[in-house]
Amino acid sequence: MAGNGNANKLDRRQFLAGVSTALIISGAALIHPAEAWGLEVKNLTPETMRTLIKMARDIYPHDRLADRFYAVAMKGYDEKAGSDAATRAMLETGVSTLDELARKKHGVTYADVDWEAERVALLRQIENDKFFQTVRGGLVVSLYNQKDVWPAFGYEGESASKGGYISRGFDDITWL
Amino acid sequence: MAAKFNLTDDTIVVIIGSGAGGGTLANELAQRGIKVVILEAGPRHEIEDFVNDEWESFGQLAWKDMRTTAGSWKVHRDFPNLPAWIVKAVGGSTVHWAGASLRFQEHEFKTRTVYGAIQGANLMDWPITLKDLEPYYAKAEDKMSVTRTNGIPGLPGNNNFKVLAAGAAKVGYKQVHTGRMAINSQPRGGRGSCQQIGFCFQGCKSGAKWSTLYTEIPKGEETGKLEVRPESHAARIEHDAAGKATGVVYFDKDGKQQRQKARIVCVAGNSIETPRLLLLSESSRFPNGLANSSGQVGRNYMRHMTGSVYAVFDKPVRMWRGTTMAGIVTDEAANNPQRGFVGGFEIETLSIGLPFMAAFLDPGAWGREFTSALDGYENMSGMWLVGEDMPQESNRVTLDPAAKDKWDLAVANVHFDDHQNDIAMRKYAHKAGSAVYEAVGATRTFPTPPYPSTHNLGTCRMSENPRDGVCNKFGQTHDVRNLFISDGSQFTTGGAENPTLTIVSLAIRQAEYIADEMGKKNI
Repeated sequence: MAGNGNANKLDRRQFLAGVSTALIISGAALIHPAEAWGLEVKNLTPETMRTLIKMARDIYPHDRLADRFYAVAMKGYDEKAGSDAATRAMLETGVSTLDELARKKHGVTYADVDWEAERVALLRQIENDKFFQTVRGGLVVSLYNQKDVWPAFGYEGESASKGGYISRGFDDITWL
Repeated sequence: MAAKFNLTDDTIVVIIGSGAGGGTLANELAQRGIKVVILEAGPRHEIEDFVNDEWESFGQLAWKDMRTTAGSWKVHRDFPNLPAWIVKAVGGSTVHWAGASLRFQEHEFKTRTVYGAIQGANLMDWPITLKDLEPYYAKAEDKMSVTRTNGIPGLPGNNNFKVLAAGAAKVGYKQVHTGRMAINSQPRGGRGSCQQIGFCFQGCKSGAKWSTLYTEIPKGEETGKLEVRPESHAARIEHDAAGKATGVVYFDKDGKQQRQKARIVCVAGNSIETPRLLLLSESSRFPNGLANSSGQVGRNYMRHMTGSVYAVFDKPVRMWRGTTMAGIVTDEAANNPQRGFVGGFEIETLSIGLPFMAAFLDPGAWGREFTSALDGYENMSGMWLVGEDMPQESNRVTLDPAAKDKWDLAVANVHFDDHQNDIAMRKYAHKAGSAVYEAVGATRTFPTPPYPSTHNLGTCRMSENPRDGVCNKFGQTHDVRNLFISDGSQFTTGGAENPTLTIVSLAIRQAEYIADEMGKKNI
């Protein structure tokens, strides 16, 4: 992800355009002013990538995790879309279908549906489709396997180089 | 020091696989001056190569070659091409096993007699008894430095164990301790003591846990009688006109086909690959696969009744700190049909890291119900439930009619359906396990379904009568005198206990038999 150079130049209209998502589309990039990062989208449309990131949070919602972790988790699909036309078509079509369902029910695209529960209800309609299965199956690894995510869950990761826990609290429970 | 043998040398014993069965057998034979070649499909990673990272380690160690599945088990739906989580590397699954080393109970060698006829179950008494195996259990425990045997103290209990022990005491369980583990609580056998690193499944970074990789195999190599050939994938066992095994065709690390001559062939590829290799070795003389006149090769596939219970508390546990399998409750291990099922089960602590918890807590689940469980990860405690499952003829490893591996060999298809007894036991065990945690204040419990199998058993079972099974009480196949089954495939039934100690004990016993028979020129 790039730095926050573009974020300051965005005007008020652009901010208001993204109603229920903090992610703003600027050319081929996604900008997250609040978290101060940008993501260049190379192979998918930026709208598709924005929807995939929203969808990622709706699939595995953790309120303590910032959007950037979901963006990192989904970035691989943009890369894969560059080398694999079938993947790109599946993702673009999948998002269109999801947006179509959202428009029918709520009159707006998926990413602009206000409530998580309403978006989840749309996802339940497609949860057995290859598109959803692929996104969820990849996400369960690409989200939770980020080392930067682990502290939010208290997980400490690698321990051998620190001598294990023999002197670092393997039996420090006190509340029993 | 390690030997180097000629491909045309037909005086050697060829062992396929280097895990608990193959690795132990190889060293035991080498110590007796017998020449051995191990063909190991996987590469040789040493302790320094292991990584404390679940997915990276999975990529390094796991058997990921194509397999297919069938049947009503949930693994078929959730992990259609990963029926088992076992290792493809020198040391086999002793690289990633947890270390629990329990003897079978007496009745578990004679389940047909004790349990009676159970509909749909292909129960049979083993051709050996606990008494027959006891001297070898003792040798194995000494070799592996099992805690609570040979005067070796138990391991200290970690946080996950303390939660289990407190809950178990509250519900009235009496037999609760930190296990009989092949993990050093003090230096022994040239290995140091446990540093409570965690990541036992990812290869022990301190070497405190017994693995053939850095015990049996180097000891065997030191004799000058053992050669290990990593990245050597056995494709076929050949035989002569008299029906005697003559050698093994394999693909070497460069993908080149080789043929190693042999006086004796021992198969120890774990209970999926072992029957696959026998089936792939069919010939005009053995049209249904080698050593398969009984039709039992690949049948009676067992994976233990398994399940887990994870529980969230209102305060931190940090279960990942220290040994993965840090303690045991054995009160439910006996056969007590009043519970609504035959056989018993063990309750053993288990912890997995956040990445694997996300993948295995409730495979396929998503949304807030699921993620709120993971939000409680730091406050989570975990146990594994492992019990005897019923052998069924239709639970079976066969050759997939369509899928081929990179050598164009038919891959294994694993079909599995739970028996009613397995289902009843799991239901009871999930309740019993949840009760342990609720007794010490769990706010939420998760009865977690089985993972891909780690205990694969029974696909070349031992039998007294050649009509009923594949091998005799020494693992020697009924049909081919110089062909042996040397892994958990031999198990007639599965017992409730983690199988490694029994596999090692059988391998020690088999080595004695092979050396004796070779001396008498019987094979």
